[in-house]
Parts: sequence; structure tokens; C-alpha cells
Amino acid sequence: MATLDMDHPDGPRFVPDPLEIPDLKCGAMEGLKPFTAAPEHQAKLGFPGELVENWKEVALAKMAELARKNRAFQVYLDTCVKCGACTDKCHYFLGTGDPKNMPVARQDLLRSIYRRYFTFAGKHFPWLVGARDLTEDVLQEWYSYYHQCSECRRCSVFCPYGIDTAEITMAAREILDSVGIGQKYANEIIGKVKDIGNNLGLNPKALRATLEDLEEDIEDDTGISVRLPLDEKGAEILLVTPSADFFAEPHIDGLIGYAKVFHEAGASWTLSSYASEAANFGLFIGSYENMRELALRIRKAAEDLGVRRIIFGECGHAWRVAYSYLNTLAGPFDFLDPNYPVPQHICEYTWDLIERGKLKFDRSRNDHIRLTFHDSCNVARASRMGDKPGGQFEIPRNILRAVCNHFYDMDRDTIMESTLCCGGGGGLLTDDLMELRKKGATPRMTALQQVTEEHGVTHMAAICAICKTQFSKVMPEFGYEMDSIVSVHQMVSNAIILTGQETDEDETEDKAAG
Amino acid sequence: MLSVIYALLFYAATAFLVVGLAWKIARYARTPAPLKIPTTPAPVTRGGVVLRMAREVVLFESLFRSNKWIWLFGWVFHFALLLVLMRHLRYFTEPVWFWVRFIQPYGIYAGFAMVAGLAGLWARRVLVERIRYITNPSDHLMLALLVAIGLSGLGMRFVARPDIIAVKAFFLGLFRLQINPLPADPILLVHLTLVLVLMLVFPISKLLHVPGVFFSPTRNQVDNPREVRHLAPWAAELER
Ligand code: SF4
Ligand code: SF4
Repeated sequence: MATLDMDHPDGPRFVPDPLEIPDLKCGAMEGLKPFTAAPEHQAKLGFPGELVENWKEVALAKMAELARKNRAFQVYLDTCVKCGACTDKCHYFLGTGDPKNMPVARQDLLRSIYRRYFTFAGKHFPWLVGARDLTEDVLQEWYSYYHQCSECRRCSVFCPYGIDTAEITMAAREILDSVGIGQKYANEIIGKVKDIGNNLGLNPKALRATLEDLEEDIEDDTGISVRLPLDEKGAEILLVTPSADFFAEPHIDGLIGYAKVFHEAGASWTLSSYASEAANFGLFIGSYENMRELALRIRKAAEDLGVRRIIFGECGHAWRVAYSYLNTLAGPFDFLDPNYPVPQHICEYTWDLIERGKLKFDRSRNDHIRLTFHDSCNVARASRMGDKPGGQFEIPRNILRAVCNHFYDMDRDTIMESTLCCGGGGGLLTDDLMELRKKGATPRMTALQQVTEEHGVTHMAAICAICKTQFSKVMPEFGYEMDSIVSVHQMVSNAIILTGQETDEDETEDKAAG
Repeated sequence: MLSVIYALLFYAATAFLVVGLAWKIARYARTPAPLKIPTTPAPVTRGGVVLRMAREVVLFESLFRSNKWIWLFGWVFHFALLLVLMRHLRYFTEPVWFWVRFIQPYGIYAGFAMVAGLAGLWARRVLVERIRYITNPSDHLMLALLVAIGLSGLGMRFVARPDIIAVKAFFLGLFRLQINPLPADPILLVHLTLVLVLMLVFPISKLLHVPGVFFSPTRNQVDNPREVRHLAPWAAELER
């Protein structure tokens, strides 16, 4: 509920609630659809190029296959009791008011078909249980509303049976792909990784040039030569990072941060041009086969380079695929050093060094920043860091507190496992969905505005390439500078004191100690 | 005649319930979860998962975090129902176990609590716009069925008491494959008929949430993907 802040210095003022429930606006987002994939992009992923003649049989056969292959699909379609507990948990519903963006209603778009063709009640009494026939209109409705779900799993936290709408969304997208309706943004990107190795289509030569430029920048900046090695055989650590880290802001500052951390640790590490992408959009379209194919590139790179460890850079869904699935999709990794988990997150690596006192910081270099942290959904609700549950919340915050003096969390109901999606996850980070992205970001932005009011927060840190891109696009709409979104390792990069770096020695050491 | 019909109906409904549920449970159990998808933070040990599941099933933990009203009505209904069911054991056991005798008076209160919980849930279904939107006719019917079972049950206690000894003899007889006379009180027959209906719809309706909750991968998986390789049989085929 919105509240009145009586203590505000400028007199009582109205504080909006990030989780305020809107009135239902039926059909508000109806017909919003991302561009569809061209036939050649579909073909690369093994999907038909356009709607197949016998789409109905194909779709139903796919549903039967999913019911056979994936327990979640069947259990979740069967068990929902329509209690309504999830109805106000989706940021897209909060932002748009469209009832079909309520998680259970989103599931129902598919459940109504499942019931009609696969359950006794739906076959014989469709009107009773809300079952309906599969038509082309239904496919179009699916295409629209299953691309208004970022697969963030917030709903799953609050459902008494853990029903995960993301699983249903993935299934629906898979069915759509199987009949020839694919989404341009995600499918094109998957094709690019297959062809070139990353989402951007950045070839090894261009990548090498980029990294060399960055090395120069760091040297100009700090006077220290910090390396960003590429394809170095025999390195100990393979770093796999989202390709946005190679060119986008603020991602690139995060990459510089990782490089500085490795430098200070004296680690031997390398990037790979073959596996120059941590992101795995196969997850978004629910395609095990495509996800596996991309994951296997990372295994191959690790084998070819002869590394002993794999570390992932800052990326939300990539960390989900890495942490939760890499072992399944591309394991076992018995050729790597058994003393370290496979894979590791860069935050786990950095925090370990900080704990062991291996890194020196001057926190005051971040004093112009009053910071909060945005938990990315896939890190928060689909993975872990460290050995204890919840390490994914602790470790990034610990790092931030170690490198800056002013850190404030947002409303507890909007962070950690209850975190609100940035609005651009799950394959929705495309300009043709900009309206949805802005509306979906509203709850998070409102929570941010709260801490800005209360604590003067100026910046927000994130550990996800999608979050960072999305926020740098939408934050200006909410009165923040584009660069108010920062990488966690950008904060590290700002504060880290490189060995041998020329500084105001005495001053900085005092501050680092304090 | 009446006794024979009801006896046969109860045999049939029981068979349908048991076979239907067993079939569904077998399907859930047989279907692999291809990937590790526990909603994190999740327990990192089996024991932890058992505890998480116990909290879900006994306390409705996620629902509590989600919505206090639904939790209150839902929890009261379910636990009142549990007490009522335990109280009913006295119609199926001879001699009646000590603890079943002990809970008899509470079972009566529970009958009221159960109907009250259902009424609360029903009111939300009608009054809250969001929940009204997701409601199908079957959701109303399910509530109607449960309320009617509760009210007819309470009616036998407070309005028209049938010959409870004869009812008990009828049910104990069913266990021994004998058909003893069932009293023909209308209220009793209504109660029993509704229970029969409930048994029949159980395996083909949303009541599947009872076995379903235990098979939900987001709640029953251990968070250990880096330590233990998880591989579905059909996915293993891809590696050949
Ligand atoms: S919270 Fe779960 S059971 Fe309740 S309506 Fe939503 S999906 Fe269905
Ligand atoms: S997974 Fe996230 S985006 Fe999708 S329905 Fe649930 S809360 Fe909404």
C-alpha cells in the first residue's frame, strides 16, 4: 500500500508502494508481440521456418512429449488450485494491470488446452474446467503473453506448490517453435552463438582488438599493465563472460574489474574466442537440445585450452545455466581441478580473495556513489554462490560493502528471493517489446525511488548483463542518469589498489584500514 | 436394496480413487525432471528438503509469505478437515482407538471451522476481482461440494441424528464383504452421496494437488547441481 511519509524534511509526502496491486485492465497488453524469426534463423535451431500445415497435430504431439519428458510440466498443470496467491506477484501484472499477466492466468492459457486434450474433465466437460480448443488464435495469444513473461520465477516462490510459471512459459515457447513460430530476438542470437561463438557475432579478431584496447585503457588509467588474455593455452582459469562485457556500458567496467582482480591474485587466466559467450538463450526458449549445444562449447573450450578451472562473469541467466545445468548438460568435469566447484562465479572468486586479505581497496574512491543492489532473478531464485543457501545474496553484498562506504538495501519484499525482475529478462530485451519493458520495470524503479528518498541512493549495482542493459535503457525514464546502473566489479575496479600503483599512499592506506 | 446400492457404490468409488491416484502418482514418479530447478535458496541436503516439504505441507509456508488471508482460510480448512477425518475413524474401527475417542469433541468444533474456512475461501473467490478472474465453474462446484459435505455432517450431529451404530455396522461390514442395513435417513444419504462424488472427482481434478505437492521439482529437489550430476534417462540418450 502507498503510505504517507510524515517525517520527510519537506513535509509529509506520498510514498508509492512498489508492490501496489493495480485494477484489472482486461486486454491492456493484448496483441503485443515481438518480431517473429525468419525461416533461416528457425532452421539453424532445428525448427520449421513457418507455421506448418498440420500445426495442430504437431503442437499436441509436442505437449504429449513434454508431459512425458518433464515432470514439472505435468505436475504444474495438474496441481494448481486457483488459490490466487500468485496473482499479484508478477512485475508485468503490477506494471500493466493486464489480468493475463497474472502468473496463474498466464499458465491457464496453456492449461486450458492441456485440459481439453489430455484430461478426462476437459475432454467431457470443457466448460466446467475452462478447457478450450486449440486454434490459431490460441497460438497467437500464446505468442503474445508467453513473451510477456521474463521467466523470473517470482511467482514460484509464493505458490504453495512451487508452481513455476517460467516452466510453463518455456514449454509454450517450445511448442510454438515446434510448429514454426519462433521469436526473432532469441532465436537469431542462438544462431549467432552457434556460428561465431557469442551473441554479438563478434569474431576472434575483433575480440582480440577490443581486449587490447582495454588493456591500454587500464594502463593509461592506472599506470599498471593489466592483461586480458585470449585463447591462452595452459592458463589455469577459463573465464566465460557475457559478450556484452566486451562492449556495453556498464558491463565493460565490470570486465575491467575481473581483470584487475585476476591481476592482483596473480592468477593465470584466459578468455576463449570459441566460448566467448556466457549467455545461453536456449534456456529462454525451453530447448534442452539447443541449450546443451551451447553449453558444450564451453566444455570444448576448457578442454582445448587445457584449463583447470572455469569461472563465470556477471550474468544472471548464464549463471543459472552454469550453476544449475552445466554439469548436467556438458559434464562431468572430471578433467578440472577437483578442489574448486565447477563452475565458479566471479563473485565467489573475488570474495574469497577479499576474505583472505589478498585485495586492497580504497573505498573512498566510491564515495560519490550511494549504492543499492538489485538481485537478478536467475541468480536469486535459480542458483547459489558459496556453500550455504542464500550465498547468492550475501556474497555480492559483502563485496559491495568491502568496496564502498554507502550501501543501502531496498524494501525487503523486493530483494533477495523476492526480487523484482528488471523487466527485460527471459529473452524480452528487444526494442520491439520496449513498452512492456518499461512497464515491467516500474515496480523495481519504485522500490529504487524509495531508497533514493530515504537514503539518497544514486546508483544501483547488478550482476547480470541483461539487467544492466535494461536499466541503462529504462532508468532515464524514471529520472536517473543512464550510468546510474553499475556492475559489481565496476565498484571493485574503482576501489581496488593495484600493487605498485602510484597513489597518495598514506591517505589511501588509512582509509582502506578504516 | 438401498444398502446394496451404497455398498457397491462405495466399493466402486474406493477402487476408482485408489487406482486413479496410484496411476497419477506412478506417472509423476516415472516422469523425469530433466534439470535441477529448485526455487532457491533451497536446502543442500536431502534432510533439508524433507524439512522444507514438511513446512510446506504442515504450515503452508509459501502461502503464508504470499497472502495472509488465503493462508488463514486455507490452513484452517485443511487442518479442520484433517481433524474431522480423524474423528470419522471411529466409524471404521472397533474397538475405537484411544486417541480417536479423545479428539471426538474437537472434531465437532473442527466441523464448524472447516465450513468457516471454506466460506472464507469462497468469499474471496467472489469478492476479489483477481481471483474471480481466474475462477472456473468447477472451482465453485468444488467449494459447494465440500461445504455441503460439511453442513450435512454437522446436520447429523445437531439436527437429525441417524442411527450411528447401524451406520458403523454398515461400514465395518464392508471391510468383511458383508452388506449390513444402512439407515435411510435422507441427510445421511446426502452426506454419503456427496462423499462418493468427492472420491470420484479426486483423481481427475485439482484435488491432485495433494499428491502433486510432493512431486514439485521446485520444492523437492536438493540444491547440489555442482556436486552431483543430475541426468534424465532421455537426456543420457543424447550423449551416446
Ligand atoms: S499460487 Fe499456485 S496454486 Fe495458487 S493460483 Fe497461483 S499457481 Fe495456482
Ligand atoms: S515467471 Fe516472472 S514474469 Fe513469468 S509469470 Fe512468473 S512472475 Fe511473471
